[in-house]
Amino acid sequence: MDRYTKPAVLLHWLIAVLIIAAFGLGLTMVNIPGLTPTKLKYFSWHKWVGVTVLALACLRLLWRLTHRAPAYPAHMPAWQQSVAHWMHVALYALMFAIPVSGYVYSLSAGVPVVYLGIVPLPVFMAPNPELKPLLKDLHYVLNMTLLAAFCLHVVAALKHQFIDRDNLFRRILP
Amino acid sequence: MTQHLLKSTLAAVVLTLAAAAHAAPLKVDTAKSAVSATFKQLNVPVEAKFKKFAATLDFDPAKPAEGRASVDIDVSSFDLGDAEYNKEVQKKEWFNAAQFPKATFVASSIKPSAGAAAGTRFDVAGKLTIKGKSTDVSFPLTVRKEGASQVFDGTLPIKRLTYNIGEGEWKDTGMVADEVSIKFHIVAAP
Repeated sequence: MDRYTKPAVLLHWLIAVLIIAAFGLGLTMVNIPGLTPTKLKYFSWHKWVGVTVLALACLRLLWRLTHRAPAYPAHMPAWQQSVAHWMHVALYALMFAIPVSGYVYSLSAGVPVVYLGIVPLPVFMAPNPELKPLLKDLHYVLNMTLLAAFCLHVVAALKHQFIDRDNLFRRILP
Repeated sequence: MTQHLLKSTLAAVVLTLAAAAHAAPLKVDTAKSAVSATFKQLNVPVEAKFKKFAATLDFDPAKPAEGRASVDIDVSSFDLGDAEYNKEVQKKEWFNAAQFPKATFVASSIKPSAGAAAGTRFDVAGKLTIKGKSTDVSFPLTVRKEGASQVFDGTLPIKRLTYNIGEGEWKDTGMVADEVSIKFHIVAAP
């Protein structure tokens, strides 16, 4: 069977782990009441992970634009192939939209992002108290959309593995 | 009681007269003026404004030695852009606003800076009091004319731990740096 190339497989799993980490950190940090050093630390870590995801997503998009993804198994009906394709498009879009919305949200709050506490990233927007709550909601809604898409992605993988038994999973295994 | 009242009234009158004898203080345009503090949190610079402050200025660039300046800052007006954080920094570990509602600066000397064009740059020394702790500070002040107004700009670097800003676990400067710079921009007219 056709497989994804090594760099594509690596990017898939690396980004998956980082997204889960950023998601977990994000939910944890916003649930810490008040103001504590741990909370501030988690905010910074969350942003660093998010920026890393964005950078890796750019590499991944480059790979995807210069390579053909392995073909879907012939037994998959056309509608399933189409759904799978659009689900992947949505996951790619969210992979970009979520870090970008978080980054802009942070700028709107007047807090620039300094990657790893070392590299100051561009501040292209002044603090904006009006936009801030909207961006916060947007970042949240996009994340909940990703959570739903992620669940469907995993369920689809499990369905192929255990119901269709077509070993589709092998394509993305390291 | 009556005597006490009389004494205070008299004192007030004397003070007012003394002030009148001196040039009238400048009127500070608070809408155009700003006082802020910039601190670094894990190397991320964050600037927050003090929305309420009062500045008393009596300054003629031609006669700097006679100049007087004081600033009263309402620490409860510190705005980090988030209502929850604003409430947090009023607590005991930070500003302890309940006990120390004001931070003040009173200038004790204003001298022209060496090497600067006349009337543009001054060295200001004075007493800065935050959270009940007073220290002697000095900083450069720039002055320029803008129409009828005078614009005063300056940055005063301080160390927050000198004033016990950030107690307990916040004493660790790895998270929030000790260095804080207080920036002010004051627009005043005669």
